Amino acid sequence: MKAKHQRLILALVAVAGVAGAGVLGASALRDEAAYFRTPVEVKAGKTEVGEPMRLGGMVAAGSIERQADGLTIRFVATDGKASVPVEFKGIVPDLFAEESGMVADGRMRADGTFVADRILAKHDERYMPPQMGEMPEGVAKMAPKA
Amino acid sequence: MIAELGLALLWIAAALACLSLVAGVLFLRGGPKDLASLVRPASVAQGVLTTAAFGLLIALFVRSDMSVELVARNSNSLKPMIFKIAGTWGNHEGSMLLWLMILSLSGALIAIFERRLREDTLVATLAAQAALSLGFFAFLLFSSNPFNRLPVAPPDGQGLNPLLQDIGLAFHPPTLYVGYVGLSVAFSFAVGALITREIGPAFARAMRPWVLFSWIFLTLGITAGSYWAYYELGWGGWWFWDPVENVSLIPWLAGAALLHSVAVTATRNALRAWTVMLAVIGFSMSMVGTFIVRSGLLTSVHSFAVDPERGTFLLALMAIYIGGALTLFAVRAGSVAEGKKFALLSREGSLVINNLLLTTILALVLLGTLYPIVAEALGEKISVGPPYYNKVAGPLALILCLVMVAGPLLSWRKDDGKRLWSRLPLAIFAGAAVLFALILFGGKVGILPLLGMTVAGVVAVASLAPLWGRNLRRTPLPTWGMVIAHFGVAVCLAGMGAESAFIKEKLVAARPGDVVKVGDFDVRFEGVKPVAGPNYTAIEGTLVATTPGGGSHVMKPESRMFPGLMGTAPTETNEAALLTRPGGQLYAVLGQPVLGADGAGRYQLRLWWKPLVWWIWLGGALIAIGAALSLLGRAQLLTVWRGRRARKDEGRWK
Repeated sequence: MKAKHQRLILALVAVAGVAGAGVLGASALRDEAAYFRTPVEVKAGKTEVGEPMRLGGMVAAGSIERQADGLTIRFVATDGKASVPVEFKGIVPDLFAEESGMVADGRMRADGTFVADRILAKHDERYMPPQMGEMPEGVAKMAPKA
Repeated sequence: MIAELGLALLWIAAALACLSLVAGVLFLRGGPKDLASLVRPASVAQGVLTTAAFGLLIALFVRSDMSVELVARNSNSLKPMIFKIAGTWGNHEGSMLLWLMILSLSGALIAIFERRLREDTLVATLAAQAALSLGFFAFLLFSSNPFNRLPVAPPDGQGLNPLLQDIGLAFHPPTLYVGYVGLSVAFSFAVGALITREIGPAFARAMRPWVLFSWIFLTLGITAGSYWAYYELGWGGWWFWDPVENVSLIPWLAGAALLHSVAVTATRNALRAWTVMLAVIGFSMSMVGTFIVRSGLLTSVHSFAVDPERGTFLLALMAIYIGGALTLFAVRAGSVAEGKKFALLSREGSLVINNLLLTTILALVLLGTLYPIVAEALGEKISVGPPYYNKVAGPLALILCLVMVAGPLLSWRKDDGKRLWSRLPLAIFAGAAVLFALILFGGKVGILPLLGMTVAGVVAVASLAPLWGRNLRRTPLPTWGMVIAHFGVAVCLAGMGAESAFIKEKLVAARPGDVVKVGDFDVRFEGVKPVAGPNYTAIEGTLVATTPGGGSHVMKPESRMFPGLMGTAPTETNEAALLTRPGGQLYAVLGQPVLGADGAGRYQLRLWWKPLVWWIWLGGALIAIGAALSLLGRAQLLTVWRGRRARKDEGRWK
């Protein structure tokens, strides 16, 4: 085998590898990527029950209730136009509070409640997820009824 | 005065970078030879001045000079001293100055220590390094000046994000940055060698120690960062596939591929164009990562700068440097002579597969990191999380580990399958033993952790095989390095597999006196008491963990409250308590008190038993140690030292 042929074969193997990786990546992205939704999109029916997704919104003022087991909390996530009730069992992150932003991973339950597996809160007062930038300040105080 | 002096030093250093670049270019275009002798001292001076500027910025933080905007926004006079110093790089401007300092110091180190390159290639390399620094000087001076003064100094500063007030932060970013920016040396070497067409074994041998050096720091930085996230965030995870973590992993993958391909070029004079390409890709990925983090493009717990002007500036710099290097590569790649040929079943062949797999994983991680940005530009908001990365990177990484089993046992140029097979039985036996033990006693284990632990068993034994039948005292350091690093991969893999397969978790609301069972431990919640730190107050829980053997250990998780400073909101952090045992770690987090009539006196507690979890970081450390041994051997530091001592001894006898 000539060196030139070897180069060609290596190049072909590399191209095949890249193509394979592209297919693998694209199919995995289609299966595994979670949509980011705001409450108004949830209300518009853009989400399916049981599908993994990420919900972003402000925690509505006065909405956090703790259940008797001491572990489960319920609150209302809002973007000022619509509201979604959220249920979460666990320790909320350090920066989670009423009237501040949060992003939660989880899925919708058939009764219209969002069940969160994990809650992320905004990191500090200078940081906001880009998706939250569109929400005007003070929306947490004028949350529509869930 | 300190701030003004620092700014002046930065301007002078920028001018020196300009000088290096112009002198280098003129020399390479056939100018007088004197120009070349200008470049080395200019590079060294630029490194020294930039370091001095960074030192002055640290001094401003230490003195809590609130008339400087950066200090006022990110520091506070009440902070403990170590966090005042660490606060210097815990913000956008300071960390960019640190970035630039390492870039300049890298140039200075090349100028001082590099003796193996041809003169014209060295000048081209230093000029390329100067061109890189020049762009980032412009970025710092025009859009992120760290020495900016405030018209009126506030009485005190706003403090540092409490999450970042941790000893891990003091060392994590600088370590990572040395690795990240150290890859610029390989980039400049590649550009220099493309310009002067000196691409061959000599060039590869000269570049190898620099690549090893930055890769050691990248490995340490990622390992330390993973541990920091593990104990400081209180989520119990050690890797979140967060975009900020990904952009440190991507250059690491490129560096790992480059390390292996540069070995082929240095030893066998093959894969030349590919090695140069990887050298360009490595630092390009560092720049992409810096752009992603610094432009605030991504939703991430780490991001703290949101400013489109800076993002555009960085994007332009990136386009110029990456585009320029790739164009140069495209023009010159045709003239890079073909390398020596080899059979598929050979050391070179296995390293080619290693490189293909590493770059494929790199591409898939990059795809997952960038996809949400592209999707958002098209109007769809998407997040790509661990399920994607585990699905694409997991299987490929396992195949990569299997190639790693075979590679070191193959000889260069060509080998035959029977010989390879004859060296493997013990390793295969080890893997089979692990697999059977897991199936018989492991209970229900997911497929990826199961295969991971099996492959770890194979790799652990096979990685030691290159030492069999060798005189250990005479085994060269790079061989030791390879063995230890590959063994480290096995340790790390075993830790990841065991942790995800056998983790035990308990989430409870406990009253003082309650006993919680987690794994083999009985954990008794004694109660809480308030404690005060230097600039926070905290609720400290006391837990007593009893092992089946009867030993008891006290754990004290804390929930800390940092007061809001100068009008900022107060924040809370959770300090997890860790109990390290030979078999793993017990991890405890104290949550909020449970309020209300019937809940009085209860506290949320989250407990994890994480088997072998510390092996993950031990493995990372072993990989770094292996690379360091290899560096010692490659840089021939010991040879130089021995030679010097021998000469000294001779002098003594005369």
